[in-house]
Amino acid sequence: MTALLKVENLRTWFHTFSGVVKAVNGVSFEIGAGEVMGLVGESGGGKSVVGFSILGLIDSPGQIEGGQILLNGEDLVTAGEPRLRQIRGKEISMVFQDPMTSLNPLHTVGRQMDEVLRLHTKLTAPERLSACVEMLESVGISRAAERLTAYPHQFSGGMRQRVVIAIALLAKPRLIIADEPTTALDVTIQSQILKLMRRQIAEKGASMILITHDLAVVSEMADHITVLYCGKVVETGATRDIIETPSHPYTRGLIDSIPDPEHRAARLRQIPGTVPDIRNLPKGCNFRDRCPRAQAICAVEEPALAPRHASLSSACHFPLQPGELA
Amino acid sequence: MTQPMLEVRDLKMHFPIGGSMLDRLRISGGLRFENPVVHAVNGVSFAIQPGEVMALVGESGCGKSTVAKTIARIYEPTAGEIRIEGQDIATLGFTDLLPIRAKMQMIFQDPYASLNPRQKVRDIVAEPLLEQVKGAERREVPARIAALLAKVGLNAEHAGRYPHQFSGGQRQRIGIARALSVTPGLIIADEPVSALDVSIQAQILNLMMDLRDEFGLAYLFISHDLSVVQHIADRVGVMYLGFMVENAPRDVLFSRPRHPYTRALLSAAPSIKAHRDREEITLTGEVPSALTLPSGCCFRTRCPFAWDRCTAERPKLQDVGEGQTVACHLTDEPERDKP
Repeated sequence: MTALLKVENLRTWFHTFSGVVKAVNGVSFEIGAGEVMGLVGESGGGKSVVGFSILGLIDSPGQIEGGQILLNGEDLVTAGEPRLRQIRGKEISMVFQDPMTSLNPLHTVGRQMDEVLRLHTKLTAPERLSACVEMLESVGISRAAERLTAYPHQFSGGMRQRVVIAIALLAKPRLIIADEPTTALDVTIQSQILKLMRRQIAEKGASMILITHDLAVVSEMADHITVLYCGKVVETGATRDIIETPSHPYTRGLIDSIPDPEHRAARLRQIPGTVPDIRNLPKGCNFRDRCPRAQAICAVEEPALAPRHASLSSACHFPLQPGELA
Repeated sequence: MTQPMLEVRDLKMHFPIGGSMLDRLRISGGLRFENPVVHAVNGVSFAIQPGEVMALVGESGCGKSTVAKTIARIYEPTAGEIRIEGQDIATLGFTDLLPIRAKMQMIFQDPYASLNPRQKVRDIVAEPLLEQVKGAERREVPARIAALLAKVGLNAEHAGRYPHQFSGGQRQRIGIARALSVTPGLIIADEPVSALDVSIQAQILNLMMDLRDEFGLAYLFISHDLSVVQHIADRVGVMYLGFMVENAPRDVLFSRPRHPYTRALLSAAPSIKAHRDREEITLTGEVPSALTLPSGCCFRTRCPFAWDRCTAERPKLQDVGEGQTVACHLTDEPERDKP
């Protein structure tokens, strides 16, 4: 199987006054056609910056310092802005976290949907209109023709996110990058939106990168999970393997931090300490100060990503075996 | 039975909106409309025993935070009673509330906005205490602050720093130390961990539970995260559109939810478990506006079971045994419990 998207040793750095923030520092992964990949981690892990880098949406003081982003073999890092504008919305589209700010409040929903088709297809105006109506209906908005003339403020949060998803799907992209698509929504609305996204992706045969901090959401949606910590991949593998038998102590810690109703202990297992300052990372393994398994070598040598049990690869000197607790 | 730490009876909180320039123009033009009112809380009753953790869950706009803020008397309730250790504080004035503040403190959701950026940590933590103690006792405050900071896992050297020098989790610890400074019996925690990363969330939850064991604190814990609530709460109240629709001990609620909304909420919550054997109730539509409440049952517009009685009559909370109360007509007519 050839990968639809292949990210190779991506490095996106921000040159700030207080030092270089290596937000993404050597991230590699690939996604096949029709696959859903979850990009997981805590705030500051670099997961959103990966998403923005793929679409070339990194502004100064940020810069892609190195690496490749290959979409069907074409490198997006060197593609240049005119080519990227053809790709955005057409080949790769994005669903942002906040449906309140990702739509333009000054234009009707219909106009914002039409824009995608106007830029990326040769359809006539009536054809575009009927495509918009059809798409709005398929994301579960009733009276679609009427709603096209409404402005974003006339929709509720869940409805707006449906509109954003409709816009993302309009030009039939091959890859959708969804950055925390349901974080701002209530849980009953969240489950509606997740079901909708799953169905749409299966129907259209698209791939998706789902960026989230919520392991529960990602475990219900993704085929593969990549865990980021301080701008690096610490573990990657098939979803069930990651959730059930993670090999990296950080992944284990993230999963254990979620209260488990079936094994209700008096105390939650917690990861001690906090994420280190990314401008001033420790030598060796970035996680060592918080890791219960850390030894002398972890302070000296940075572990490389290596294959572990089942489908997993992780970057750890002392990886966990299945059944072993951190 | 011991006296409850907190007892709330038929609490109502309505916010009039309007008074905009347009309204004033209308009035001077001789046109008068009834001012619209947001029905944020519409008659909520519950009690919390000393040392108990009561959680309020529900979606945004259900009034759970308004309940918390009204109990803390940040808002003045429209109607109802709020009894702290038996004393009704619903209508007390500012000075009369001062001694009550020593019994009840609040922790806020946003650790970035709830600390004054111009105050040092020691001053932030000392502020509630300095309101309570007078004269010679004040000399003991610094020692007490140092002890409190140690208790929540901060160092003595942190006392001289400003809030911006701390991470989100540490700031939440400062907020907890501030709430504890007056040794209250009740802490109202409004989404205390929602703004934190999951690994930090576990640290704060553990700290809150340790403090409960040590000081016998009662918590009113507001959250939308059911896995957190299931971990921390003894009793759970489910709110919808300003009404309490179900109130039950934790294990009863999670194993045998009765109200259709509670059932939908539980089945919608994502889980890292591969399989789950919960019934799936998927809700369609969205929460109606709190400006004009639906007649009858607040949930009928989204309820898969609703029938004509739900439009005509508002269900009351009924005891269904094992400390579980439910406001749903299905309790009387269980044969209708199929979509």
